[in-house]
Amino acid sequence: MAEAVAISVKVNGRLQQGLVEPRLTLADFLREKALCTGVHLGCEHGVCGTCTILLDGQAVRSCLMFAVQANQAEVTTVEGLALNEDTLHPVQQAFSDCHGLQCGFCTPGFVISVAAFLEANPDPTDEEIRHGISGNLCRCTGYQGIVAATRQAAATMGGKSR
Amino acid sequence: MSPTTAARYVGQSVKRLEDPRLVTGHGRYVDDVVLAGMLHVAFARSDLARGTITHLDTSAAAALDGVRAVFVASDLNPQVDSLRASMFPPHAPAPPPNLLADKDVRFVGDPYVMVVAESRYIAEDAIELLDVEFEPLEPVVDYETAADASALVHPELETNLPNQMQVPNPEQTEAFAGAAQVITETWYQHRQTNVPMETRGIVASWQPHAGVMEVWASTQSPHELQLMGARTLGIGEHKMVVHFGDVGGAFGQKVFLGREDRAVLVAAKLLGRPLKWIEDRRENLLAANHARIEQMTVSIAVDEDGKFLAANLDQLQDDGAYPLGGPAGLGAMSTTLFPGPYRMGPVSWQARTVHTNTCGRGAYRGPWQMESVAREQMIDRVASEIGIDPLELRRRNVLKPEDLPYQTSTGLSFETTISPDQTLDQAAEIIGYEDFRVEQAKARERGRYLGLGIALYIEPTSMGMGPLGTESAMLRVEVDGHINLFMGTGSHGQSLETTMAQLVADELGVCPEDVSLHQGHGSGYGFGTGGSRSAVIAGGAARAAASGMREKVIAIAAHLLEASAGDLEVTDGVISVKGTPSAQVTMAQVAATAYQNSDALPEGMEAGLEFTARFKTPPVTHSNACHICTCEVDPGTGKVTLLRYVVSEDCGNMINPMVVHGQVAGGVAQGIGGALYEHAVYDENGNPLASTFLDYLVPTAAEVPEIEHGNVVVPSDTPGGHKGTGEGGAIGAPPAVFNAVADALAPFGVYPNRQPLDPNAVLSLIASGAK
Repeated sequence: MAEAVAISVKVNGRLQQGLVEPRLTLADFLREKALCTGVHLGCEHGVCGTCTILLDGQAVRSCLMFAVQANQAEVTTVEGLALNEDTLHPVQQAFSDCHGLQCGFCTPGFVISVAAFLEANPDPTDEEIRHGISGNLCRCTGYQGIVAATRQAAATMGGKSR
Repeated sequence: MSPTTAARYVGQSVKRLEDPRLVTGHGRYVDDVVLAGMLHVAFARSDLARGTITHLDTSAAAALDGVRAVFVASDLNPQVDSLRASMFPPHAPAPPPNLLADKDVRFVGDPYVMVVAESRYIAEDAIELLDVEFEPLEPVVDYETAADASALVHPELETNLPNQMQVPNPEQTEAFAGAAQVITETWYQHRQTNVPMETRGIVASWQPHAGVMEVWASTQSPHELQLMGARTLGIGEHKMVVHFGDVGGAFGQKVFLGREDRAVLVAAKLLGRPLKWIEDRRENLLAANHARIEQMTVSIAVDEDGKFLAANLDQLQDDGAYPLGGPAGLGAMSTTLFPGPYRMGPVSWQARTVHTNTCGRGAYRGPWQMESVAREQMIDRVASEIGIDPLELRRRNVLKPEDLPYQTSTGLSFETTISPDQTLDQAAEIIGYEDFRVEQAKARERGRYLGLGIALYIEPTSMGMGPLGTESAMLRVEVDGHINLFMGTGSHGQSLETTMAQLVADELGVCPEDVSLHQGHGSGYGFGTGGSRSAVIAGGAARAAASGMREKVIAIAAHLLEASAGDLEVTDGVISVKGTPSAQVTMAQVAATAYQNSDALPEGMEAGLEFTARFKTPPVTHSNACHICTCEVDPGTGKVTLLRYVVSEDCGNMINPMVVHGQVAGGVAQGIGGALYEHAVYDENGNPLASTFLDYLVPTAAEVPEIEHGNVVVPSDTPGGHKGTGEGGAIGAPPAVFNAVADALAPFGVYPNRQPLDPNAVLSLIASGAK
C-alpha cells in the first residue's frame, strides 16, 4: 500500500490537516476527516453532481478528485455557505422558498452548483438555467422548483430579474 | 386589528419544516451514521448471468490486513429464520432464501461473498483477492420465452413460470362476436429502475447480552423493516430497534429488506460488531431492483360509434431472479385495473409472471401502471383505426357523474368522488386542444412533425387491505407546550414533517412549527410511506389524535379559566374565551398543569397530555388525473423535444398544493425518463449494458419541460377529503409521452408499440414507414 501523504486543506475557512492514503477521494476526506457529511455521494463516477463542492471557488466533483490533489486548496462545502445559523445563503433560501427539494439528497450538490453558476452567469435566461444545472441529477422534483429557485436566487443576488 | 379566527394551514403551500437542515447539508442519512468500532461491508458479485461456482478460496482475502471477516453462503444462509414480508402470504412460491449465492449464481450482480473490513476500500481490495472459478451455464434472458426454456432460473421452484392467473369472461367472448370491429395490439414496456439519488444502505449493531439489534437504514417502511429484520434473525420484534433518519428517495425500492440488508443483519449478529453497508451506484443499477419490464396484448371491441364493448388482456411480466420483497407478480393487478376511467364492458384476462436470470423486479412508483400504459396507447390506436379523434373517443367512453358509483367487470368499485371526465376536459382546455390541432396541421405542411398525447387514468391510492389498512399517531403535548407527534410513516421526500404538522396545527389551534414529527423507533405500527397512502391514512391518524387532544386541552383550559368549554377557542397555541381575549391560558400553561400540577386538574381527569389514535382506511381511495403533452420529433436526428406538459389532477382537498405539485412533477419526470431515455438493458447473454449513469440516462433539467398544473377538487369521503397522489405522475407520463410521439410520427404511417422512444428507435420507425 502506498505511503500516507500529509495534506492540509482549508475547509469552510478552517484548516484540516491529515495523513491520507493517496487513493482517498476528496469526497471521502471531506466526509470522514473534515466531517462535512453534507457532501453526498450519489454515483462516485462523476455524473450525478451530488458531491459538488467549491475548490478555490470553482465547482468540482469531489468524487473524481483525490484528497492529495486538494492539498493547500480552499474548499467550500454546502455547510460553509450559510452566513450564520439564522441566515441562509440566497440559493439555500430560494431552494426552500420554491420547493426545490424533496428528499434533499441531491440538494447540497445543487446548491453549490447553482451558487457557482450564478457567480459566472448572474442574469441567466431560463434556457441558460436549465442547461447550467443539467450537470446535476435530481430524481424527486422534476426540476420545476430547482429552476424556479435558481431564478429567484439570481434576482436576490443582484442579477436583473427577467 | 388581530385576527378573530384561527389561521388555517391545511390547503396552504406552507414552506417545509424539513428544509433548513437539508439545504445546509445537515440532514442525517444512513451513511452519516458512525458508530464506535463500526466495520464496513462489500459484496463480491457475479459477472455471469448463470453459472456454477466450481472453486472458491477466500483465504487470501481473509488474510489481508484490515479484513475482519469473509462470509460465504454456508456462513449466512442457514442463519435465516424467515424471509417473510407482511404483505405476502407465508407460503407463496418464492425463490430460495439465499442471502448469498450458494453453489451457483443466477444473475449478473448476484452476491456470493461478503467481506467485512476496517474500511470499504480494504473490503473492496479483499474482493480482488478472492480465488473463484465459475462454469458458465446457458442463461434465461428473454422473458417472452422463459416459461418454455429448458434451463431453470431457480431449480427449487421446478418452473420459470411461478405465477399465472386466468379469468375468462363469457360475456366478453359474446361481445367480441357481435362487435363491429375488434382491434388487437401488443404493448411492450422496457426494463427500468427506481434510481433514488441515495442508494440503499444499512448500519446494524448487535448488542450481544441484551439480544438487541439496533438498525439505522435508508427505508420507507421502518416498521416493516423491524418486522422483517426480526423474522430474519428469529428474534422478538421488541429486540429489533429501527432508527429513522433522512432518506434520499426510494420510489418503492426501500419498502422491503433486500438480500444484502439481511446479510448485514446476520453478519452483525455473528460478529458482534456494528456493520455498515452503503450500496454503490453500480450495485444499485445492477442488483437493487428493476421494474416495468412487461407486455400486454390488448384486444378491444368497439361498435360503429367507437363505444368500447369488451376487452381481452394477456399480460406477461418479468420478475427477474430474486424479486425484491419475495414473491412478486403484480400482473394480475394491472389487468384488474385495466378498465380505468372508462365504461369498458366485460373483460377477460390472463396474467403470467416469469423468472429470468436478470435483476429481480421490485416496486416502482405505480408498480401496476402497465394498465394505463397499455390502455391509453391502445385507445389512441383504436382512435386511429376507426377514424375518431382520440380526445373525442375518450369523451364518448369516459365515466361521467351519472355512471357513479361504478363497478367494473374486473371487480373494482369506483366512488362517486372521482372526476375523470372533468380532468380530461380541464387538461384539454389548458393545452388548447383545438388550437394545437390547427398548429400541428400547419407544421406538417412545412415538414415539421408535432404530436399530442393524452393519458387519462384512475389511481388506486391508500389501499387498505391487510397490513396496509391502518396508521397510528401518538401525540404528546410536552411540558413546554411543544407537540411531539410519533407516527409509523417513513417520509423520504413526501414532506410529511410539514403536512402532518399542518393537519395537527389546524385541529389543535397551533402553528406547524409547534409540531415535530418523529418516525421509526417509538412510534406505533404502520406500513410506512408508499402506495400514495400517507395523506389519507397517516393524515387520518394525525387528525384523529389532534382532535382527541384538543378535547382534553379545552377541558383543562376551561377548568383553569373557570369558563365553559363551549366558549373557548384556540389560536396560535393560546386558549381564550371568545369575546374576552384577556381570559386566556397558553398551551404551555395547560401542559405544565397536566404534568407538574396535576392536583389542579379537573376532578377525575387523568394527568398528562398524551393521546393516541389509529385510523382505519377504506379499502381504496381513488384519485384521477389527465396528462396531455405535446412534442416535436426531428426526423433527421430522431430527437424528441417535449413542448408542453399539462397535468390536471383530482386528489381531493390538497393539504399543501406546493407539495402536491412537487409530487406530480417528480413522477412526470420519471415517466418522461422511462418513455424516452432510461433503459436497463441486457445483451442476449444476460450482461447488463447500463451499469453507470453514463448508460442509464436519468433526465436532467434540460430534458424535463415546465409542467403546467390544473386541479379539479372533488373531496373524497375520508377525513379531510384527501386522496393520494404520489404515484400518479409516473403512471400518466409514459403513455402521454408515447402517444405524443406516435401522433407526431403518424404521417410516416408507423405504429410504435415499444419503448423507449430514443433517437435510434425513432429513426428506425421512420425508416420502416412508407411516407
